[in-house]
Parts: sequence; structure tokens; C-alpha cells
Amino acid sequence: MSERITAADVVKVAKLARLDITPENLERTTAQLAGMLEHFADIDALDLDDIQPMTQPYPLTNVFREDIVVIGLDRDEVLAAAPAAEDGRFRVPPIFGLEG
Amino acid sequence: MSDSTRSSSNSAYSSAAAMPAGDIAAGVRGGTLRATDVLEQHLLRIREHEGEVHAFNLVLADHARANAAQIDADVAAGIDPGPLAGVPIALKDNMCTRGIPTTCSSKILQGWKPPYDATVVTKLAAAGAVLVGKTNLDEFAMGSSTENSAFGPTRNPLDLSRVPGGSSGGSAAAVAAGFATVSLGSDTGGSIRQPAALCGVVGVKPTYGYVSRYGLVAFASSLDQIGPFTGNVRDAALLMDVIGGHDAMDSTSIPEPQPSLLEAIEHGVEGLRVGRITDLPQGADPDVAEQLERAFDALQAAGAEIVDVQVPAFGYGLTAYYLIAPSEASSNLARYDGVRYGLRVDAPDTNTMYSATREAGFGEEVQRRIMLGTYALSAGYYDAYYGKALKVRRLIADDFDKAYTRADVLLTPTAPSVAFEFGSKGDDPLAMYLCDVYTIPTNLAGHPAMSVPFGTGQFGLPVGVQILAGTLGEPRMFRAAAALERAAQAATNNPQESAA
Repeated sequence: MSERITAADVVKVAKLARLDITPENLERTTAQLAGMLEHFADIDALDLDDIQPMTQPYPLTNVFREDIVVIGLDRDEVLAAAPAAEDGRFRVPPIFGLEG
Repeated sequence: MSDSTRSSSNSAYSSAAAMPAGDIAAGVRGGTLRATDVLEQHLLRIREHEGEVHAFNLVLADHARANAAQIDADVAAGIDPGPLAGVPIALKDNMCTRGIPTTCSSKILQGWKPPYDATVVTKLAAAGAVLVGKTNLDEFAMGSSTENSAFGPTRNPLDLSRVPGGSSGGSAAAVAAGFATVSLGSDTGGSIRQPAALCGVVGVKPTYGYVSRYGLVAFASSLDQIGPFTGNVRDAALLMDVIGGHDAMDSTSIPEPQPSLLEAIEHGVEGLRVGRITDLPQGADPDVAEQLERAFDALQAAGAEIVDVQVPAFGYGLTAYYLIAPSEASSNLARYDGVRYGLRVDAPDTNTMYSATREAGFGEEVQRRIMLGTYALSAGYYDAYYGKALKVRRLIADDFDKAYTRADVLLTPTAPSVAFEFGSKGDDPLAMYLCDVYTIPTNLAGHPAMSVPFGTGQFGLPVGVQILAGTLGEPRMFRAAAALERAAQAATNNPQESAA
């Protein structure tokens, strides 16, 4: 198997991306990602030293709008779509676990 | 469903369910056609065939009936409903509709009702279009077959054992099946053009910034564009004229005014330079390659000049795209954390809640792309993957710019093959990604491109020819599309002559 990505890398990436990866999916995902990265090695042959990166296709700078007050989204309508709300705010579980 | 094969020729339709949008709007505005009757014919087709096709996540029959009745009342009162008066339209279910569920075919957004309308939704309503439903897609527009939907696949109306393409498979199928006269999809790497080709309809990916992305749920923000599916080129021009234009709500929206494409298609292709990419990556099936050759011949016969061009970096598009798009997606999809909308899996602390929610809410392909993107952006790998991909993107755009000094438009296949069977790409994600080899470079460059049905290939299934143009080259792209459509119709009407 390719050395381009290891199971340990995948575990780390899943943690960064806030995804729970199950042990049975780990091997398969690692193999799939390794296969892709192997294919993506085709660009390693290109000489890119003097090429400027391109982040957007139609460069616009200093995009302004008229300074006019507009009504924002309705708070109750927005909160109605939330999984949990309380006193006009989003309600979430504790940032730190309560256990231990 | 052989009667769902569409044509814009006047003799080819016997009911409003196959009538071009332009004719419907003209009839409704002129009082010779009722929006209500047009809608009912489409709802009837939906009742008859939606069970087998599954184009929709949601059919809005009552909503649409009220809307159509209002349009008829307006006409009766002397009020002009607009250029899409009474035209039934379907929207890919990743465009926000206020108070109407918008799911992206993902469990993580199931039941979510947006608190605002996308700009295209507002524009369509103002033009008199009637929204009939929200269409199925590969989850968060990630896929090329609509097999990745959390709510089950859409089937190709032309052959139910085959995929409609993707990710906008539901929108393509809705038009091909006569459920809606026209529809909108989104195209990040080919998600409008490829399903259009596989379903035998017209599909347009406009120049990046041509159509406002406000209210389009973000997948890869530097690549995403909204565009139309239609049964003919003129309807596509009509839709583009309605949905295009600057929008202050999208900071990437192009401020320059856009010329009318309805006007552009009145011009032929005399003297138009049509480029053949001599170093185009191999891989198109022989039946597709044959139709492409016929398309070159047809444009030449119509007065265009065929020129050879090179786009050496074209073949590196797949790699650049599958590093850039997942990177942007990994950032955009970070917002689905169970806090503000959609699914939440309860847990004792926020970190556990985030992970549990995302694991339960995202499908396999979406998780895979989030991980690929997170990896490509992570410390130690950024330069080797994401950074390098951005440079390849520049190479591709520069190569296209050089080609467009010699050619006005380019012609390629839209997809390497006709519609394929369910499951035929197996368990290898790369096999599916290769479906996008001809469509992806356009998105990286930010250029417009469109697929026009041109003849049939294996199993009598439609083949799409792709027309590409440089930034804001829509008028010449549409001129070429109209010429190809005329040639395709002439070939259908005179099979002997075209075989000679």
C-alpha cells in the first residue's frame, strides 16, 4: 500500500474534521484516500516554481455596496430552524463535559 | 417513456407537458393558454411517472396551483406576469426557498426550512415561473450519478436501469421526463452539463459570477455556479437572461452588464472559429467520439471555421479539482455542527456532539471529501497538495486563454460515455471522478460551457456535445449551440441525408 497516507493520518484528519471514524471504516478509507493521492501525483511532474496560485476565477477587489440599512433575517424564524433554542439564543451542551 | 424525448420543433409536442418555455410564456401572457392548465399537465405526468423516476425530494403541488392561479388572475387583470409566465420549473434542492424544506439530499439538513430565498428564486418568481418542486441530487452536489443521495437515487427517464448523471440528476430527469418545462441545477465540476448529456437535454454552466450564488448552499465557493436545464437552446437563453445579472448579495457577482442571449442566438456561426483540442485526454467511448466529429462537421457546414488548438494542462484538471473542491468543501461544510440548523445528535459536551452529529448526518462520499480536503489543507501537506493544485489551476486557465486567441469556442464531449447502469462504477471513487474529466477544467478556469444533445450513441441513448468559451463568452457559445441544435434536428428529420 502507498505511503502517501497512513491509518494514523486518517485518524488525525477525522479528528480535525470532527468526524467519528469507525475502526471498520478506517482501513477502507485509508486505502481509498491513498488511491486518490496516488492518482493526484501526476502533477508532481509539472514545474510550478514560477506559477502564481489562482484562488478565484474572476478577481474582484474592494466589493462595496451602498451604505443603506436593510432588515436582517427574522430572529424567531432563524431560531425555529435550530435543534435547540432558549431565550432568543441557540442552546448547546456544555463546552466541557460534565463527567469526571 | 419514449414520449418524453424532447424536441423544440412545433410538430413534436402535442401537450403543454412538452411545450417549450418560450411558447408557454407567450401563450400565458397573450391569454391563449392558462398557467393552471399547463401546470396540471405537468402534475399529471409527475403522478404517472415520478414513482419510477424519483426526480424530486419534494413536489409542491398546492403551492404551485396557488401560484399558477395567481398568474392567470394577473393576466385577466391586465398585469404581465413576466417572461416566464406560467412556466413550470423545478429547482435543485440545494437552493434556498423560504419556508420550504431545502435538504441538499442530506440527512444533516433533512426538514430544514431556510429563512430566506436564493436570489434565483426571487428572480424566477418575479418573472412569473411556477415552482413545482425541489429535485434530488448527490448529497451536497458531490457525485456524478445521483446515487449518493440520502433519499435514494434518481433514475434516468430514458432508461430506468441507468443513472441520470449528477450531481443535478433530479433536475435533468425532471425536464427529460416532462415533470417541469425547465429546471435549475448547480455545476461545480460538471454537475449540470454531465446529467444534461445523459438525459438528452440542454444544460448550461455560466461564467463564474454570471448568476448570483446567494442562497445556493455552498459546496466549493470558487467553482459553484447555478445554471439552467431546458429542452432546447432558446429556452436556455431565455432562462439565462432571467437569472443572470449582478447581485449585491454575492460579492463574487460580475458587475458588468450581460448582453441578451435570446438576441445572440439570432446570429449564425458564419466565420466563428471552432477549436478542436488536439491534446484532449483520451477516454471517450467510440460512439461519443463519433458524434463529436459529426458536430464539428455540422458547424463547418453552417459556416464556422475549424481550427486546431492545444490545452496542454487540460488533463491535470482532475487532480487540481479533486484537491481544490474538497478543500473548499471541508471548510464550507464545517458549518454543519448541530448548533444552528439541521440534525443534532445529543451528547454531553459540544465536541462529542459535533462529531456524532456529522458522522450520523453526512453520507460516505461527503465524509470522504471532507477528509481529503482537510488532509490537503493540513499543516505539512498544504504546499504539496492544495498549494500545488492552485498553481495547476493557473496553468489550466492560462492554457485556455492562449487557445481562445485562436478559437472563439471549443468543442469536446460532455461525458466520456452515454448514461451508465446503477452501481457500474463499483466501490472505487476515482472511477466516478473520471466522468468529470471533460467538464472540470471549465470550472477551474471560471469559464462558461454548455452541453447540447447531439445524436445518439450506444443503446440509442443521447450523446451530449460540450461547447466551451472564454470568460463572458456566452453569446458566441449560444450561437454555436443553436447551430448544433438546428443540425441535430435536421438529422432527425432527414436520417438518410445525414448518414450520407
